[in-house]
Amino acid sequence: MEQINNISNVQMDDSKTVVEIKNLRKSFGKQEVLKDVTLQLYKGENLVVLGKSGSGKSVLIKCIVRLLDPDYGSIKVLGDDVSFIKRNELSKLRMKIGFLFQSGALYDSMTVKENLEFPLRRIKKKMTQKLMDEKIAEVLENVGLLDALHKMPSQLSGGMRKRISLARTIIVDPQIMLYDEPTTGLDPVTSDEISLLINQVQKKYKTSSIIITHDIECARATADRLVMLHEGEVYKDGNIGDYENSDDPFIKSFFKG
Amino acid sequence: MKTKLPVVKIVPKIRDATIKISEKTIVKTEQANEFLVGVADFFLFLARTIRETFSRNFEFKEFLRQCHQIGFKSLPLISITGAIMGLVLTIQTRPILDGFGAVSLLPSMVAISLVREIGPVITALICAGKVGSGIGAELGSMKVTEQIDAMEVSSTNPMRFLVVTRVLAATLMIPILVLYADAMGIMGSWLGVNIKGEVSFVLFISQAFSVFELIDFLPAVVKTFFFGAVIGLVGSYKGYTAGRGTESVGVAANSAVVLASLLVIIVDMIAVQITDMLI
Repeated sequence: MEQINNISNVQMDDSKTVVEIKNLRKSFGKQEVLKDVTLQLYKGENLVVLGKSGSGKSVLIKCIVRLLDPDYGSIKVLGDDVSFIKRNELSKLRMKIGFLFQSGALYDSMTVKENLEFPLRRIKKKMTQKLMDEKIAEVLENVGLLDALHKMPSQLSGGMRKRISLARTIIVDPQIMLYDEPTTGLDPVTSDEISLLINQVQKKYKTSSIIITHDIECARATADRLVMLHEGEVYKDGNIGDYENSDDPFIKSFFKG
Repeated sequence: MKTKLPVVKIVPKIRDATIKISEKTIVKTEQANEFLVGVADFFLFLARTIRETFSRNFEFKEFLRQCHQIGFKSLPLISITGAIMGLVLTIQTRPILDGFGAVSLLPSMVAISLVREIGPVITALICAGKVGSGIGAELGSMKVTEQIDAMEVSSTNPMRFLVVTRVLAATLMIPILVLYADAMGIMGSWLGVNIKGEVSFVLFISQAFSVFELIDFLPAVVKTFFFGAVIGLVGSYKGYTAGRGTESVGVAANSAVVLASLLVIIVDMIAVQITDMLI
């Protein structure tokens, strides 16, 4: 194991930590997916979590929003330990977190407009219809799909679904963004566009993001810092240069082959 | 000559037999355990549904949408099956009553059969197929494509939004569909009577309801609310607890129909026993 918790030149002040994970463990039956994961997400950074399929990357971010309950360890999000807060407090905390699912997870029975209105009506309850329409137009313009307003999800391509899904996530102005394999299943051109959008979202909405991926090009384009998971543990923590210059065979195989 | 050989032969056989029995026992125990966990899980789901039903922020718009989906969109199917039910029942019963010289009792006999038993049960079974499988497949595919998770992380309670609305809509709509099927059945019966004779609609209706009492009608209507609740609940449970693969969508839809149909028959049996005690 090359370096564990050696946060390189992107090391930041602990007071700016927005997500703090300590000694996280999660098993499914006898299969231990996360063995002992400790990592931090700092304010304003794009943290890419790399790893092979089945290394527990998606499980990690699902634990952050408590779609899955950890077996051991603590996860603090904006100062709150998600394992111990009440359901209504968790609900309030989730309002500050945007989650882009691997499949897009657009509601099939709703149009694009209804999909975008859905979180707005629940999170920004006092918003008028006029303001809502303006906000919808703004986010759709940001993802370059203003003309898709009245389309059904089934009428959209894979890339378009990801963009609409991203629009639905950013519409409630989250402070933290969690991207689960944002470029999986997309062609290289669309993948680059999504990576670009992730950077634009970070700059425009001042979000702190965790990007789960095994797409090296996406990692290169978006990462301020990278954490590599291997066999349920943090294998390396550093910036893109640290990985590209590494002599570790496992990291080399990931980056060069 | 102290016989050692038989001992050597017998011991491994006993050992083998013991091992086989214990493996079978383990498998059976695991199956029984799985079944009991499934039953407990279903009742926990029922308890959560009841709790969410009486919580604040009822999703009224989604409830209305589900009433439209379950009620209005089932009307063509229920119309055809209801009318055919009445027609066939009349055609099949007529020769028997004719043998006793009691053809005049045909309208009331068909009406009582339809309203008390055949209408509610057949309509509920059709709805178990159409509505139960629809809910199971829809929620199952939402689970597989992470839409339920997406709802949860956007601070929406999926139990309240998806399950409570569907269970309540089914509970309300199935009785209405049953009453509608009964009406269509009586119309079909009138058509059946007119194949071999000429009876006015007014006369037919007055004869059909001449022997009707509240006890014929009330328990039949009450039990349909339970049929609706069972169909909505089983469909929602099977869909909501579906696995992660696409195969589980089919499994959820299929098992929703099977379990809902079985429970409808069981609820009917219990309802008939209770009604029998009350009369």
